[in-house]
Amino acid sequence: MYEFLSGPGLRIAFTLFFGGIAIRATSLYQLSRVKDKVVYNHINWGWGLKSIFYWMVPWVSASTRRQPVFAFMVFLFHICLIVTPLFLNAHNILWDENLNLKLWSIPNWLADMLTVALILSGIFLLVRRFARPEVRILTGFGDYALLGITMFPFLTGFLAYHQWGHYETSLILHMLSGELLLVMIPFTKLGHAFLFFFTRVFIGFEMGGRRGARSW
Amino acid sequence: MHVLGRPVRKPQMPKAKSVKIKEIQSILEINDSARIRTWMKICSRCGLCAESCFYYLANDNNPKLSPAYKVQQTLGKMIKRKGRVDFKFLEACFEILWFQCTLCKRCSLYCPFGIDIATMMAIGRSICHSQGLSPETLVEFTENHKNTGNHMGLPAEELVDVCEWMAEENQEVVKDLQIPIDKSGAKYMYTINPREAVYYPQDIGDAAMIFALAGESWTIPSFGWDCTNLPMFAGDRQLAGLVVNNVYKKAMELGVQKILITECGHAYRSLAFEGPYMAGYTDGKPPVEVVHFVRLLYEYLRDGKIQIDPEKRLKEPVTYQDPCNVSRNGGLWREAREIISCLAEDFRDMSPNREHNHCCGGGGGIMPMGPDFKPGRMIAGKVKAEQIKATSAKLVIAPCHNCYDQIGDLGKKYELDITVRSFKELICEMMVVPEHLKPDLN
Repeated sequence: MYEFLSGPGLRIAFTLFFGGIAIRATSLYQLSRVKDKVVYNHINWGWGLKSIFYWMVPWVSASTRRQPVFAFMVFLFHICLIVTPLFLNAHNILWDENLNLKLWSIPNWLADMLTVALILSGIFLLVRRFARPEVRILTGFGDYALLGITMFPFLTGFLAYHQWGHYETSLILHMLSGELLLVMIPFTKLGHAFLFFFTRVFIGFEMGGRRGARSW
Repeated sequence: MHVLGRPVRKPQMPKAKSVKIKEIQSILEINDSARIRTWMKICSRCGLCAESCFYYLANDNNPKLSPAYKVQQTLGKMIKRKGRVDFKFLEACFEILWFQCTLCKRCSLYCPFGIDIATMMAIGRSICHSQGLSPETLVEFTENHKNTGNHMGLPAEELVDVCEWMAEENQEVVKDLQIPIDKSGAKYMYTINPREAVYYPQDIGDAAMIFALAGESWTIPSFGWDCTNLPMFAGDRQLAGLVVNNVYKKAMELGVQKILITECGHAYRSLAFEGPYMAGYTDGKPPVEVVHFVRLLYEYLRDGKIQIDPEKRLKEPVTYQDPCNVSRNGGLWREAREIISCLAEDFRDMSPNREHNHCCGGGGGIMPMGPDFKPGRMIAGKVKAEQIKATSAKLVIAPCHNCYDQIGDLGKKYELDITVRSFKELICEMMVVPEHLKPDLN
């Protein structure tokens, strides 16, 4: 199992991840050239980039200021989600061994803290999902499942690193869920990882470029 | 019963019970764009849009009124079921699409992904309309539009009569006041809301006086003078395209430089922003530049073409209603505030304001639907009433007919003790008529 997940399994996951993103992005781009003239008619990069930037900083948009704690948790969650797996020392050794790719490493204590922060902020997001009626009414099984899939590699990675419980089980579940998460990104709502930039640029063109209205 | 902003009397539903699935599918196909696909896919159900919606806020945070939920229950389900829906489902959509959303676009500013929910709600309206589900009164108005070129069915001769009457009537204020009809090569072709010709003819007189003082070259066309676009709100995209084309074509025929729109909100959104797409101008630009009256008034005051009598400046507290389609969807909030700084000494902005302002509750076609829908409007307008109350203003300026009437109604319902005025009315009361334009007093 370990052999498969660390070898071909990982390659399949990365292929589906990058391939999926490439295919999704290309097909959406091609469709947009035919069906979304409104996007290209009103290009205004100043507004498009501002529309991204102001949503990448917490408490800048009126919307995140209305729910400051939620905004903080969302940003924390996303920062941990990206930084930890990319710059974890143990992953870096693997990047280096397999791809000859040398990334910065963060100290293990920091990775630990980020992982705990991700799990705690993830729990906050989960609780908010059923605590707030306007969020609960929108939430379906898939939303809970995807949040679980996103958090699971962190939970199992944490357990494996600290060798709490059965190490091999944790490690295998960690790899399995991590690979599952990678595969899910291009094909589910997690696609906002890359599609976020497109939709934000569009609303920047549409509200800002055409009307001078801030979309944040 | 009028929960969820629904009217007291249920709107009469058309008899048709069979659903033409093919038609729904063809509308879905036309709108199967990269934007819609992406929006539908990535909505993360965070619920941030809920608090941006005045329907949600005015109905005790009813989660069913959150924008994401409304789109999920209408277009979302239509797409998911590939258009295979029954009439009962469409009736439920009808309620949501027309009585729980005014297409004000505020939620797209509050969505982390900038999802344009109003655009999707408008597609939902088109689908309902294709099945004969569209508010009766709006459909009547659109019939008028089809037959006469304006939504109130006013014959051209009557418009000309009103113009002549108004010119004559106001010659007491401005000497030899004229309202030129169909004048080729004028700078501005002035288009109006038929409500003005029918209910508030003085509005036309006011505009004429302002043009006279500014020495403007302008004309009212005898056809293509109705700048409104109720088919756009009724979900009749084809007719909506014809309606804007009436105006564009007339402007090109007369060879005017610009199309000018009266103090009407949705007309500006229609002619300047959505109209080109509805009328088949795929580059998204109207064939003739479109200018809103707020912009022109701002220029007149800035350039000193109109002088305000300082003695007559408003002393009482004044606030301003940013109409969705003039401010957020028209980009004219700065100009409006510049005008107000010339007119009022005690201006108190509402909060939130400018592009973040709330809809008055009368937009999206609900106002022209008539008195049956007033109770729902009054509930939806609670947020606006509270905003106005918080300013303690005694006068509300609203450069949009829907806002004007809706806030007037809200003033009575919520005992706000306010008067509502348009810019034209105020300016005509406060402007200095130069000597050479003063009528001879004998």
